[in-house]
Amino acid sequence: MPTLETTFAGIRCLNPFWLASAPPTNCGEQVMRAFDEGWGGAVWKTIGEPITNVSSRYSSVDWNGQRMMGLNNIELISDRPIEVNLHEIAEVKRRYPKHAVIASLMVESKRHAWHEIVQRAEDAGADGLELNFGCPHGMSERGMGSAVGQVPEYCGQITEWVKEKARTPVIIKLTPNISDIRMPARAAKQAGADALSAINTINSITGIDLDTLEPRPNVDGKSSHGGYCGPAVKPIALNMVQQVMADEQAALPMSGIGGIGSWQDAAEFILLGAGTVQVCTAVMHYGYRIVEDMSDGLLAWMRKKGYETLDDFRGLSLPNVTDWKHLNLNYKIVARIHEDKCIGCELCYTACWDGAHQCIHLDRALPAPNKSRTPDMIAAESRGRISMTPIPKLDLNGACETGPYRTPLSRIPRVDEDECVGCNLCSLVCPVPDCITMERVDVGLKPESWEERVNAGLVPQGSATGNPNV
Amino acid sequence: MHCVCSDSRFAKKCCIIRTSEARIFQDAPGAPEARRISNNERLIERVYKFLRAGPGRARDRCPLPRPAPAFDKVAALSEANRCLYCFDAPCTSACPTHIDVPRFIKKIASGNLEGSAKTILDANILGASCARACPVDVLCEGACVLHRYNRQPIAIGRLQRFAIEALQESGATLPFTPGADTGKSVALIGGGPASLACAAELRRHGIRAEIFDARPLPGGLNTYGIAEYKLPLAESLREIDMLAQLGVQFHFNVTVDAQKLAQLEASHDAVFLGIGLGAIHKLGIAGEALEGVTNALDYIAAYKSGEITSAPERVAIIGAGNTAIDAANAAVRLGASEVHMIYRRGLQQMSAFAHEYEHAKQEGVKFLWHMKPIGLKGADKVEGMDLAKLEATSDGSLVPRSGEEFQMKVDLIILAIGQATHADSLLDNKVMIERGRILIDRATGQTSNPKYFAGGDCTNGGREVVDAVADGKRAGIGIAAWLEGQHANP
Repeated sequence: MPTLETTFAGIRCLNPFWLASAPPTNCGEQVMRAFDEGWGGAVWKTIGEPITNVSSRYSSVDWNGQRMMGLNNIELISDRPIEVNLHEIAEVKRRYPKHAVIASLMVESKRHAWHEIVQRAEDAGADGLELNFGCPHGMSERGMGSAVGQVPEYCGQITEWVKEKARTPVIIKLTPNISDIRMPARAAKQAGADALSAINTINSITGIDLDTLEPRPNVDGKSSHGGYCGPAVKPIALNMVQQVMADEQAALPMSGIGGIGSWQDAAEFILLGAGTVQVCTAVMHYGYRIVEDMSDGLLAWMRKKGYETLDDFRGLSLPNVTDWKHLNLNYKIVARIHEDKCIGCELCYTACWDGAHQCIHLDRALPAPNKSRTPDMIAAESRGRISMTPIPKLDLNGACETGPYRTPLSRIPRVDEDECVGCNLCSLVCPVPDCITMERVDVGLKPESWEERVNAGLVPQGSATGNPNV
Repeated sequence: MHCVCSDSRFAKKCCIIRTSEARIFQDAPGAPEARRISNNERLIERVYKFLRAGPGRARDRCPLPRPAPAFDKVAALSEANRCLYCFDAPCTSACPTHIDVPRFIKKIASGNLEGSAKTILDANILGASCARACPVDVLCEGACVLHRYNRQPIAIGRLQRFAIEALQESGATLPFTPGADTGKSVALIGGGPASLACAAELRRHGIRAEIFDARPLPGGLNTYGIAEYKLPLAESLREIDMLAQLGVQFHFNVTVDAQKLAQLEASHDAVFLGIGLGAIHKLGIAGEALEGVTNALDYIAAYKSGEITSAPERVAIIGAGNTAIDAANAAVRLGASEVHMIYRRGLQQMSAFAHEYEHAKQEGVKFLWHMKPIGLKGADKVEGMDLAKLEATSDGSLVPRSGEEFQMKVDLIILAIGQATHADSLLDNKVMIERGRILIDRATGQTSNPKYFAGGDCTNGGREVVDAVADGKRAGIGIAAWLEGQHANP
């Protein structure tokens, strides 16, 4: 039987699913309900000198009828007194000793201030400390949050101060609002951090109200850039986690954050080296109950793959991410349309013509292949066709389409495999799973990368390094 | 004008009628006959009576299946987002008027409702009635690729209705303007969908369009013939009202005979024939003149205009086409407790669409196959009917099976066994006619007589509103091109 139990930087966890430091961990009552639902840990809403929040605070990006593809917030750290938060942490730990409670901390950049808050959090019973070096709005204007995370020296300095005092593991939460996330990560590691968490939210403006011309979320007609999160940011988070975990000078136990809402998301972060994952937006959208399927689904997948523990697959995908120059240039795939699955929407056709390489054609019902018919010509032919409402008795008898496929052959596109560059676009736009597959073509050449070509002198002078700085 | 309805549910409907009548009747410049009709208070009273009686007792008594209700904004958005946005979309090809369906749906999804309605109306000026009356199962929705993906097709008809009603409710005018005046004019005979579509196209080309109709209200079968639950009379008029904004001139209560036609031909640059079909066939058996024997078109028209507000207990409809089913459903809605459809052939041969058949069964209509009436009984009013069971002979003809005759008690018989053609009698060798249908070039609507164009039921033998609209549209473009050619080569 596989298990989700794990140890993260010395912190024992029932499972890798933690609630991120955010509204779902505002108070003890919430955290206890979350633990009852099955969450393995919670990073408390960031504790520091209480702030005053604005209303409103959130705005979102909806996409094609789906709500909250991305969420943005301009909320600050906890607005509750430090002693209230710490008292509740103590209470939660007393009642849930096996669950991980991490205190997220943010105070002004002074050694004694950090020493004091570290002492108090640990005295309350926190299993670990997460230093919030990532909050991108509001707090950063006061020299905290991402104002720290964006400067590796500050990041290292505060980590050092905290490590002077801390007895529990110290996790540094990184900001993505930086050109190379490895720099603050390296600084944190050098300063003795025990673990990292990434990513915090991304600077964003979600939109403008087209009636009032005011940005969202609207605070009396004005707004401020907020922190973006939710499903939309997952690819950015995965990339940053990979960057850090693939860098020896930066890699530490990693708590992955960013758009995680399902067991698949969690598995992907773990495959790129994460030890635990943190969730916020999905819970804000659907509630704590989502953790049940995250656990159940991950366990089922592990059973299927034969993994007993998270360590069995942690980081397994890291070696598969490499620099472009190492990719095999002699790997060739082409699109293949499976006629029996095609429903005839022709989205692959229009995508290939307008967005790719004009190598999908609608000529299967023509006497001979025809690559010269453009989308315009095809649309015009249809516009000019006269059609009538069929009358069952008169028109439908024997008028049913005959042929080997359920879709008329004229609507099933054909891939010109000689011209196809194997870009994947058609298979991405196709609404039917497995209808367009990308199939390997043997080009009869051994694998060869750009770097190998350059080293072998096969690349014309000047094209090897276009940028003099590289 | 003060609305006479006290019931607020219908007051709104009445006001629509008021508004649209006022527009149609008053905004037709230089059309004295059109204006005269506005004084036809008797007609308006009839409409009001219908609206008051509309939801009558029959409907309250048993909940009847209704067509899918209008989408609200959120439901429309979510449905619109389901559309795949096919290239060269099959729904568009299947639509006789080639409405760019994915485009108008995408505009609903993007919140551009005005653009959505414009996309629809640009291709189909009667997009509102088509959204309600079209047999979408065999047209756009039948062609939806999602069928092949084991998924529900996009509710194109309902989305179309949503977009157009949003435009109507916004109070916006028709998003088209008449073209620059060419000085040309066309007489359109018949005020049904074909003529309306043709007239709109002509106006957009700057050609004067005068519609002559024998009825007191415009719209032809849209107004009088399509089942009430699909297209209420008020909705038909509301749509035509928008069309009147293009400056189409209406002449009502004008019966065009050969003499009038000659007059119109002389005074106009072209003539469009949108005359539809003639009277419904008779059975040719004794007793047809009895009270209680009517035909489907008269019956539906009387129901829609409020002339009849109830049905007797036992109703029989002869025939099994779409009109027959509309009449059967009307009888159920008017309170008949026993409605039979009698057809001389079987289910496989009936000309009604499968979904209409299913709908009628849901309404409680019963079907008697392979039967035909051979005699009607009754003293001064029909009371019963003799029926014979039929069987097919080897040559395909139907003969009564001897000894299998029986009687049926009935209070009302509605004939729906196809319409006669009336083109021959009007046109008298002016244009080529084959089996009662006016022959046209399908791309331009032009008849064998270059000055005459035609479209709709009188050319296709009786199809759908959308077919008539497509014919009218093509003819409008055809007339404009022909007139321009005439001008270039006088």
